Order: sequence, then structure tokens, then C-alpha cells
Amino acid sequence: MIQLSIDARKCDEARSHAKNIVDSLKWLISDYTSATIERTVLRFLGIDGAVGETPIPNIIVDHLISKQAINRGAAYWVANAMARLDISAQEVGERLASDKIDLTSLQSAGDEKIRAILDKLTDKKLAKIRKQREFREHTLRKYGGRNRPALYLIVASGNIYDDVVQARAAVSEGADIIAVIRSTAQSLLDYVPYGATTVGFGGTFATQENFRIMREALDEAGAKVGKYIFLTNYASGLCMPEISAMGAIERLDIMLNDAMYGILFRDINMKRTLLDQYFSRMINAYAGIEIQTGEDNYLTTSDAIDKAYTVTASQLINEQFAILSGVEHDKMGLGHAFEINPNIEDSLSYELAHALLTKALFPNCPTKYMPPTKFATGNIFKTYLLNAMFNFISQITDQGVQLLGMMTEAIHTPYLADRALAIENAEYVFNAARNFGGEFELKKDGFINKRANQVLEEAINFLERVSHKGLFTAMQEGEFADIKRSENGGKGLGGVFKKSEDYYNPVMEKMKLELGI
Amino acid sequence: MTFKIDPTHIKPYGDTLNDGRMQLSFSMAVPADEQGKEAARLLLKKIGFDNIDLCYYKDIGEGFTHFVAYASTKVSIDLTSIHVKTIDTPVMSMEETDKYIAEHVGREIIVVGACIESDAHTVGIDAIMNMKGYNHRYGLERYKYFEAINMGAQVPVESLLAKVREVDADVVLVSQIVTQRNIHIKNLTKLIELAESEGLRDGRVFICGGPRISHELAIELGYDAGFGAGSYSTDVASFIAFQMAEKEK
Repeated sequence: MIQLSIDARKCDEARSHAKNIVDSLKWLISDYTSATIERTVLRFLGIDGAVGETPIPNIIVDHLISKQAINRGAAYWVANAMARLDISAQEVGERLASDKIDLTSLQSAGDEKIRAILDKLTDKKLAKIRKQREFREHTLRKYGGRNRPALYLIVASGNIYDDVVQARAAVSEGADIIAVIRSTAQSLLDYVPYGATTVGFGGTFATQENFRIMREALDEAGAKVGKYIFLTNYASGLCMPEISAMGAIERLDIMLNDAMYGILFRDINMKRTLLDQYFSRMINAYAGIEIQTGEDNYLTTSDAIDKAYTVTASQLINEQFAILSGVEHDKMGLGHAFEINPNIEDSLSYELAHALLTKALFPNCPTKYMPPTKFATGNIFKTYLLNAMFNFISQITDQGVQLLGMMTEAIHTPYLADRALAIENAEYVFNAARNFGGEFELKKDGFINKRANQVLEEAINFLERVSHKGLFTAMQEGEFADIKRSENGGKGLGGVFKKSEDYYNPVMEKMKLELGI
Repeated sequence: MTFKIDPTHIKPYGDTLNDGRMQLSFSMAVPADEQGKEAARLLLKKIGFDNIDLCYYKDIGEGFTHFVAYASTKVSIDLTSIHVKTIDTPVMSMEETDKYIAEHVGREIIVVGACIESDAHTVGIDAIMNMKGYNHRYGLERYKYFEAINMGAQVPVESLLAKVREVDADVVLVSQIVTQRNIHIKNLTKLIELAESEGLRDGRVFICGGPRISHELAIELGYDAGFGAGSYSTDVASFIAFQMAEKEK
């Protein structure tokens, strides 16, 4: 691979600022919990299903919030009710929904008994997740690992059964990773819908049933072509940890899971998002799920040259948040994008410099490279050409995951043939340039080295400034993507709670222990 | 070589006048063999194409085949009979628009914008309304003579109209990016119908925008204007300025 000349001390400097930014928020993570974190714990106890549109985990957590008892953690109250009433966790939820029992007015069964109940249930679920992880690792070894760059394709029909047909076709054409696009409306739902989606707009809901249906289809399709096919969904929005938990149980392999995306681009409260992402990523780490971050979003409305440093800065912050949750580098799919205006002279040199910088900073991460979208105009022929350039840069810089560009970007969600042509494009370019990058050395003081160093320098200055102000203040002042968000604004703040002295989260405690964090 | 083009009988042009040649590309659930190829050829024939040249086909999995073809159409079009609705007000810079509003309207224009219903993609409405705008054109927030209220994503039309009533907005700006199963048409229709029934349509400028929206479609749906792909804040701002000036007359 082509090597940049970058001063290792500069990389360390950038990292230490990012670490300061993240470390200064440890108080939030240790002292607070959220509605979706508590619902996640309930899912780990085996509680599932819905009454009408309302999932049972929501019914229980809402009940505890209304009784001002959530600060102790939902696990305690459910386990106590199980002991006192001699019923299962699921039955606690069902009884609450039908008989309106009050979980907080039952006499305490005693800490020892409650802990024993919680240990048993969480151990069972954690064992299931470990088994899923082992299955993935075993199958992957059997077939000989994943291609690099891996071909990542999306399905977005809005009907999970149509998605299955399209995903199978993509696998037979050479896809390594299938991402099921999530309905745009889900990010702001403070619950996870239940059941299979057959009529969605701009995607399907992330539901456990949809996960199960696609997992089964991909295992089958993968066996046919002798590959383990990675399944991707979105642990983002107001239910990050719940979606991760469902993904862990149903063996998803990759989750879009950015630390700050919800705050900036969906106006979700910053405390809520940072709490949720912490637990969500911990679950992903435990389940061996690769996370992906959304740095490409910084470039969809801002200039990809002027604001290149925001991508680098966000990658470094995302890395530190991931480390805090126990995510290993080989599971950090930090994002970046090929979004420079193609009319600019030497745009390819800029793209190469930026792609190399990401690679130099995160050599052991399966970096996620996003295709051109901003300058995909509807001229499918030109877009196909841009995608070839994008594939070329990815191959010679050894990116981890190639999110294939569609020539019909900006027109419609991909058609069958769009996907097949995108794969043909990537396979040709990857093969043609397989060892091409290894043949070249960059001029030490040439344009590409200078440019990469300049972006790093700008990122360092930016991170130093944010570290000085603190992340919350920086976001308030619009330092990220020119979007201003306030500490107590945005959606979901009502679902943030201070933990009491006797707060207990059996899932998080066990995971922290096993992950060594 | 010279030839005369007859505007009343226009046909696609490949390399010979009125040869009617067109590029076609599609996939079908037919096998990638002679039978499938014949199916594709017959389909094109049934549509009305002649001289069908099925130049490429490939198995793309799950029983589907992708075809590329060239064929000639017999159909022609009379250009002189086509009249399209377009926005023909000139486009001014931010400074010119502010000056124009100061002179012709003489007060701040209140604009309420949103990405309505299930649509969560704010990139369009943000590019038009937010301070920083897009591609070196500032958004409406930056203008002196606009009070721009961007309600963001997934705003129910009821909430949007409640805001319109509350601030007595002059202009309503809606963005629709997702167009799967024509959801954008349903959402835009819902807004205009509700606005009419609540008496909020008259006297206000309603504008919609999005990559698949044309001015023609917007007019058809009952809007004053529609802005499609490639539109900037300056296009929208200038249109509003002229429209408001017209109303103030």
C-alpha cells in the first residue's frame, strides 16, 4: 500500500485531545441511565412482545418512570415482582399491561434473591449471544475470512420479503455485506416496533423479526457461494442499545453506531445519545458486532475539502468513545467519504490524500468508505465513472469496507441491475489494481503528503479547541457541521435519569467485567 | 451536410435524422438464455419498438436477467404543441433580494419550513433555510428580510399548520426527499388539503421542493411553486420576493 509521511507524534497529539474530550464526559456515563438502556436490560431478561403498538419493555419502563422508581434500574423491580408473584419476567410485563399491578408497591424479596434471579436470566441471554459470536467466528474461519475491501450493498425496498430476494441476488453476484436500510421514520421513535415490515417508506423498521428473516436468508445464500455474509442494520436514534441487543441475539454483524450522529443530524438530546451509545457499543463489543460511524454526513452539506478535518476529528472522537465501551480496533468501522466536487482540478489527489490519512491513523480498523452522492446528478453514466474512481482509490489505499456507489444514486433506491452493475464495476477495478498501490512511493514533499498533513494539523487544532471548551459547549456553539445543539434541548431528554445509590444493571456489570473495562 | 428538423415531428436521433434510436436497460425474471432473450425482444416489440438490437444480457442471480438494448421508435412528438409551466422570475443574489423586499414589501417575510410526515431527510430544507446554506449560497436565515423558522424533520402536517397559524406565516416551505411508492405525493396532498380546510391556504405562498419535484407537479398539487434538483436558496428566495411583492400591490 502507498504510505504517507506522517509524524507519529502528530497522530498521538490528535488522539490525546480526543481522549480528553471523551474522558471529561465520564460523569455522565457513571451517574445516569436512560429509558432505552432500561428497556434493553428488560430485553436481556427475556421480555419481548407488544400490546397493540406498545412493546412490553416500554410498558414496564413507562410504569416505573411514572412511579419515579426508574432510578434504581428496571431489573430490580421486575426481578422483585418475579420473586413475590412467582411468575416469569415476561409474565410480569403481561400482568402489568392487563391488570395494572404496581411493581413498586410489592414488598421486597431481598437483595440476595433478586440478584440470583437476575444472574440466572442474564447469564442465559449472554450465553446465547456468545454462542452467536462463536458461530460467526467459526463460519468465517471455515470460509477463509472476508474480502478486503469488502463489497457492501444495500437493500431498501421497504418490504423485508422483497429485501430478501434482492439481498440473495446481490450475494450471488458477489456481495460480502448486506445492509438493510431502515425506514427514515424510525430514528425518532422511542420504542422498537414489533414484527415484520411489509410496507415501509425508504426502508424497513429495525425489528427483531426483520433481523431474523434476513439472517436466515443470508446464511442460506452465503452457504451457496461459500462465504459468510455480513448483515448490517442501524443502532441509531432513540433506541440504540435496544437495537444492538436485538442484533446481538439475532447475529447481526455490523451496526451503524455513531457516537454523535443522532445529536447533530436528528436533533436528539446530547446526554441521551452519549449515554445510549455507550451501552449500545458495549453490547456490540460483547457480541463481536463491528460498528460503523457516520463521518460521511459531515460532507453531505459542507465542502469536502474545507471541512475534511471534521471527518478526521470525528473519527478520533468516535474511536475514543468506542474504546470506552470495550470495542476493539478490528471492530471499528470508522467512516469517511469520496465527496469532493469532481470538477475541481486534482480532485483525485485530494481524495487519495484523505483516504490515506484515514488509513494511516487507523491501520487496524475496517474503515468504511462511502461513495459519491453529492455530485451524483442523475447522469447515470457519469456517476458510474465516479464510482470507478472511488473504487480505485479504495483498492490502492486498502480500505476495509466499500459501500458500493449506485449509478442511480439521487434517482431511486437501487434496482436489481443497479446493484449487479455496481459489483461488476468494483470487481473489475479491484482486480485490475490489486497490487497497484504497492508499486508507488509518494513524493515526501509532494501535494498528497502536504495535503494529508494539513488536514491532520487542522484536525488537531479543532480537537484542541473542543477539548478546551468541552464537547457540550462546542456543540452548543455549532463547532460540528455548523449545527448548534443545546445541552438540554433536542428529543429524548425526558428519558434521561440520574441513577440512585442502589441502581443495578446486571447486564452492564457482567459485560464490563468480561470485556475488562 | 445540412438537414431540416421538423419541430412538429421530432424523433430520437442516434446518428441519422429521425432514426428513432433509443438506449434501453432493464431486468426481468427470465432465464439468461435464448428463451429469455426472446422474451426481452418480444417485450420491446410489444411496446412498439422496431429494429431491436439486444446487445447484452447477463444473469444477475435469483432467476433474473439484465438486458441492454438499442431499438427504434416509430413515435414522434410535436414540439410546438408543448407548453410547460416554469418559474420565470429572475434569480437575484441575497443582497438584491433583501433590497427588493425592502422596496416592494417593506417588512420581514415570515417563512415556516419543514420536512413533513415520515420523511427524516433534512438535507434539502436545511440547504435552503439554514444560515450556512449550500454551495456558497446562504440560506434564508441569513437574509435580513426573512424570518425563517425551520421545524426540521418528520413534522406532522398538523404541527406545521399550527405553527403557520401561530406566527401568521407568509410562506410555507416543505421538503420531500423520500419518494418510494409516491409517498411524497400523498404527504404534499395531505398538507394542501388540510391547509384549505383550515382556511390557511388563501393569502399564503406554498412552496414544495425535493429531487423528484418539478414546478409542473407542484402546480398540479395546488402549490404556488416547486423546486427540483439543482435549486438553490437564491432561486427560492427570489421567487418568494417577487410573489410577495405581487401580493402587496
